Amino acid sequence: MFPRLVYESFRHQTRRKLLAGIAIAMGVAVATAMIAVATDIGDKINRELRSYGANLVVTPQEDTLDVEVGGVNLKPPSDGAFLNEADLPKIRGTFWHHNIVGFSPMLPVTVKVGSDAKDVTLVGTYFNKAISFGKETFTTGVQITHPWWRVEGSCGDGRLARPGRVEDSPVLCGWPNDDSQNILVGQRLAAKLARKPGDSIDVSGRQLTISGILSTGGVEDDQIVAPLALAQQILGKPGAVRRVYVSALTKPQDALAVQDPQTMTPEVRDRWYCSPYVQSIAYQLEEVIPHSHAEQIRQVAQNEGTVLSRIKGLMLLITFAALFASVLAVSAAMATAIYERRVEVGLMKALGAGNLAVSAIFFAESFLLALVGGVAGFSAGALLAHQIGRSIFNSQISIEPVLFPVILAIAVFVTFGGSAAAIRRAVKFDPVFALRGEG
Amino acid sequence: MTTSAIPDTLLTPQQVAGRRALAPHVSMFGRMFLRAAVLRRRRAASALLAMIVAAAVATAMMNLYVDVQAKLRTEFRNYGANVVIVAKDGQTLPVDALAKAGSVFGAKTLAVPFSYAVARTKDGRSVVVGGTNFARARQLNRWWKVSHWPDAPNQALVGMRAATAVSPTRQPFELTFQGKAIELAPTGMLQTGAGEDSRIYLDQSEFQNWTGVAPSTIEVAATGTAAEVETSIRQLAQLMPAADVRPVRQIMEGEANVLNKTRATLYASATLVVLTSALCVLATLIGWVFDRRRDFAIMKALGASELLINGFFAAEAAALGVVGAILGFFVGISVAAWIGRVNFHAPVVPRFSVFPYVLGGSVAVALISAILPIVLLRRVQPAIILKGE
Repeated sequence: MFPRLVYESFRHQTRRKLLAGIAIAMGVAVATAMIAVATDIGDKINRELRSYGANLVVTPQEDTLDVEVGGVNLKPPSDGAFLNEADLPKIRGTFWHHNIVGFSPMLPVTVKVGSDAKDVTLVGTYFNKAISFGKETFTTGVQITHPWWRVEGSCGDGRLARPGRVEDSPVLCGWPNDDSQNILVGQRLAAKLARKPGDSIDVSGRQLTISGILSTGGVEDDQIVAPLALAQQILGKPGAVRRVYVSALTKPQDALAVQDPQTMTPEVRDRWYCSPYVQSIAYQLEEVIPHSHAEQIRQVAQNEGTVLSRIKGLMLLITFAALFASVLAVSAAMATAIYERRVEVGLMKALGAGNLAVSAIFFAESFLLALVGGVAGFSAGALLAHQIGRSIFNSQISIEPVLFPVILAIAVFVTFGGSAAAIRRAVKFDPVFALRGEG
Repeated sequence: MTTSAIPDTLLTPQQVAGRRALAPHVSMFGRMFLRAAVLRRRRAASALLAMIVAAAVATAMMNLYVDVQAKLRTEFRNYGANVVIVAKDGQTLPVDALAKAGSVFGAKTLAVPFSYAVARTKDGRSVVVGGTNFARARQLNRWWKVSHWPDAPNQALVGMRAATAVSPTRQPFELTFQGKAIELAPTGMLQTGAGEDSRIYLDQSEFQNWTGVAPSTIEVAATGTAAEVETSIRQLAQLMPAADVRPVRQIMEGEANVLNKTRATLYASATLVVLTSALCVLATLIGWVFDRRRDFAIMKALGASELLINGFFAAEAAALGVVGAILGFFVGISVAAWIGRVNFHAPVVPRFSVFPYVLGGSVAVALISAILPIVLLRRVQPAIILKGE
């Protein structure tokens, strides 16, 4: 009798059941999407924060002072120590190599430019160099670590490149090849020298081609940027690198992060080592690159934690608001659906059904509705989260499978909660009044 | 003796007529209106509650959406200067440059002068020495890790790497610039992980007395939207032709990027939340109106026109929407203020400009949820409803 009552109820009251089911599905969908977005937002914003550039810098351990004012390097070129370019691929061998988004070596060299032999700083670096470490190959360079650099140059077919971010234009015009002898000239320097892309320029006795004009809004606007190999040739020191900028995804700093690894107990040290703090990544970089000193760039590294925690906190609170609204919507829909069926309750009670039996029927119906609505809502929510991720962050927002039973449990719980008050009132209602239609 | 407390049934018809004549005249429409609210208190209250919650959630979301961007922008100013003013080649900044920057960007904006010179240590090594206003630099560059800010003459802030070169034992050291020597005490250690680590900083006036070099750079932390900052930059460039005013692209673009993504996420979430709460109102109100199909049928049976019935239910829904919106608005701004305090440690300023939207939205949702069941019921004969089928 019990299954038949439930079955018939679904068969005959399709419209009502559909309405309640839709309400549950929508509530669950919003809740799922919001939970997925809120759990993933930290990771997404962390990646966006990489547009501030590198947060770590690796320098030789025994280096002399940098003497640099306004982008002009006054340090004697061969002075001080260097890192070895051959050690750089090992950066991909650190414990947190998946968190390292990219790195760029820098080698500043003072060169004489043009007919009046002016002193200009030429910086050798990677633009978008393919490097292999072990079996894997990856590309890195300033296009990744310095995303605000813009290059204007010709695209070979004569048209001028649209200045834009790297990811905006699939065809990168103006950027020199890392194996070439072509260079980028900073925009203020180019204006002073009256050069444009395609011109050749005399740099310390070499005729080099300008492939593009670089604009960064920083000191590079007064400098020349060249492939690292070219800078090493000019300096006469193959394999030399002055410093390496590393852009890494990090975890906001906490009390554990700032402790000195030397004074930790082995257990705490393991935990510190295996957390992607900027400090532990710096420590691991020092381990793989011999005679190096890695330091966080505090301007970038110190601030991203605050921004990240603010945005995460905000999304968490909004997710609570969304959950609250979904719970209310589901309970309102359930309450309405049950309130409408007082007559039915009256009839059942008049025929001798106890309060328990009547409640059981309603709860069974709610349970079924919650299951169906929950499954539909979860799929819709996953789709919604996917869309949000694609349209806002250009990347996937993945939903943890473990979320599915949790969401389903919440859906059932909320539906029960929303129905409970209505069921209690319906059961308490005098069958006589209900059957007479006075309610 | 007043008769108002005695039920109608205990009075003679004359007394009832007398009392009714004395009572303020309420039209049938108004009376039905009030009775519906009073007699079905419970259902009306639950509908109103749903309305309030929805309006509150919508208000809080809209308030946050507008205010959080401003909040995040101030948070982004911790990244330091987003505009630099640099003297053009071979020139120095005009003396009033700082004042001009203040007038364009607003007096509250942080503008910090920096001047640089290359001095020599006793053993002939070159080191960059900078002069600045310590109090302002401290506010601008919050990420500088400083052991102690200099507060007396001849005290210097020494970068970590410069310290190992000039004063490894933290002893006072001597620097010379064009033959003029100065004795400095390394009071504070500076660590930034960037170029500052190789420099030594002095107080601006002390630096100028020693070297005679005037500030060559002013770093400005300009507040406001990207467009506002751009306008200020253009204005200032016109005011100071001798200087190069330029945005720090690394900071401006990073900020724009993160802010845009956050705003888009916030927008999507706020839309979802507002839609869900509208759904909640819809579900409750449809139930409420559906529940009163008997009233509807009686009115129709007594000869009320379609227009009157529609008008009655619409007016009722609109009233519910208005009351719910007003109450919900105040609940919503307190929720927004609370979120602001918890997350940003600064309250979100209530924005009364969102009120019309909340009001309009509430009334619209209420009307839709009232009209929908009416349209469905119109097709049904009153007799069928009254028979309870």
